[in-house]
Amino acid sequence: MRVLGLWTFLLATAAWVFGQAPTTARSHAPTETDFTGYWVSLVTEDWRWRMVTPPKGDYASVPLTIEGRELADTWNPAKDEAAGEQCRSYAAPAIMRVPGRLHISWQDDETLRVEIDTGRQTRLLHFGKWNAPAGAPTWQGNTVASWELERSREPDAPVKHGSIKTITTHLRPGYLRKNGVPYSAQAELTEYWDVNREPNGTRTLVVTTAVHDPIYLQRDWITALHFRKEPDGSKWDPQPCSARW
Amino acid sequence: MHPFLKLLIGATIFTASLLAQVDLTGNWAVRLHQDWADRGPGPEIVEYLGMPINEDARAKALSYSASELASPEHQCTLYPPTYLAFGPFGVKMSTISDPATDKVIAWKISGPSDVAVMTVWMDGRPTPSETAPHPFEGFSTGVWEGNTLTTRTIHFKAGYLRRNGVPISDHAVLTRHIMRHGNLLTVESFIEDPAYLTEPYVVSRTWELDPNAQLASEPYHCSPEVEVARLDGTGVVPHILPGQNKFEGDVTRMYNIPLAAVLGGADTMYPEYRKRLKDKYVAPEKCERYCCGWEGGGAAGPGAPTDSIKCIGVGGSTPENPFGRKF
Repeated sequence: MRVLGLWTFLLATAAWVFGQAPTTARSHAPTETDFTGYWVSLVTEDWRWRMVTPPKGDYASVPLTIEGRELADTWNPAKDEAAGEQCRSYAAPAIMRVPGRLHISWQDDETLRVEIDTGRQTRLLHFGKWNAPAGAPTWQGNTVASWELERSREPDAPVKHGSIKTITTHLRPGYLRKNGVPYSAQAELTEYWDVNREPNGTRTLVVTTAVHDPIYLQRDWITALHFRKEPDGSKWDPQPCSARW
Repeated sequence: MHPFLKLLIGATIFTASLLAQVDLTGNWAVRLHQDWADRGPGPEIVEYLGMPINEDARAKALSYSASELASPEHQCTLYPPTYLAFGPFGVKMSTISDPATDKVIAWKISGPSDVAVMTVWMDGRPTPSETAPHPFEGFSTGVWEGNTLTTRTIHFKAGYLRRNGVPISDHAVLTRHIMRHGNLLTVESFIEDPAYLTEPYVVSRTWELDPNAQLASEPYHCSPEVEVARLDGTGVVPHILPGQNKFEGDVTRMYNIPLAAVLGGADTMYPEYRKRLKDKYVAPEKCERYCCGWEGGGAAGPGAPTDSIKCIGVGGSTPENPFGRKF
């Protein structure tokens, strides 16, 4: 009888686990953590390196290798313009630090679309079993995403809170900063996306970032930055890439 | 009931209760990969870029003299809890448990030698009365919001938000969101101050787990001494009179950034402000100060030869190691 009871429990558990309706990344989204909408950068840190173009040779805070510094010292925006590479400082490892606005929306049930008005860039965060396309590396690379959800004590209860983890590879070499501080084609970007509720009723989006680059970084470059949610897209102002500003 | 079933159910309940929260305990090493110069050698004396301060805060900051810290009555002053985001130190997270139930009733946040150890109460105790004395560490409570520990700190002493004299009042409220992702600990600080800020001041920082770090779990001990004999017993209060701050133009001279931006204000933290600067700003020809570290031409002052090898930080200071030693 006791053995029968144990089997009943295990079968019921298995039925619950495997009997759930198919879910998508979108349906998995936590109920109280909404990443979608318009967000504005709050530039309260690294102001001199984000709001204006720093001088050549200023790599403060970035753990560059000697090779990285030597390359940064050759920065020539005119050369980038001539090569049609004005977007080198708008690639995934740098774009979130560029002052501007984000528009985050679900492109489909498995893809979160992150548009950035400064530089007119678009990042796609691919959940689920996504097969990266073949082809040349791009500024925004290939990003795979996964939920990091809170564990609920009750199996049937909706998940209220959670984060997103993304890993971006296949990046076209570019700049971590406007003044030519480089990352290489071997760079890999790991990000954690969190939304917090503030006491004044606003929401903030915090993106924790680790850039790994075996060529130009002595160790991972670890930063965090933040955005505040806006009520609508009335301040959305797309601007083209600039190699100098 | 079958013993195995008891064990299974017990383990399930125990695991669920543990997983409802994230383990934040440990020594988290500082990574000065943003605002390195501000948090290492310190901000320029007059530099309030991106700070939503009001006129009163600006006036008080401009009258600040760092000699104040040398006077015996100020030597043992600690920075407010908000300073965790602006200093160069690691963070130690530990718990306080109820001895009877072993339930976590508080989190302790320690590590910095110039900030009081904070105790974040999780047991729902009431806040102190408005007339209760304000300790350096204030009074903190916390709740879990999913995997994020959200804390609220009130009732701390007035002090300095940054090392260059930008003030914070004893009416300020600090809300923190503490998030762990693997070996990274990110803390978002949301600072409200009706006396000195026109909008909340938001700062986010990240630390990295370091099992080898040796961080303090108790407050440091301080004994005031006469450091500047000429100030001893004179009654002099170090200060700068209005309109006489000779450092006001430094950032403009060094970095070509307009003084209006240097003096801060909420508008300087939004992307629109960048557009306003576009036609006014010309980047300096080369970097001459704090380019990659204290030894990269910074410590010796502008114009000193920059040896890129020194930036690597062998035995010197780097974004990892602001004073050439472990934190």
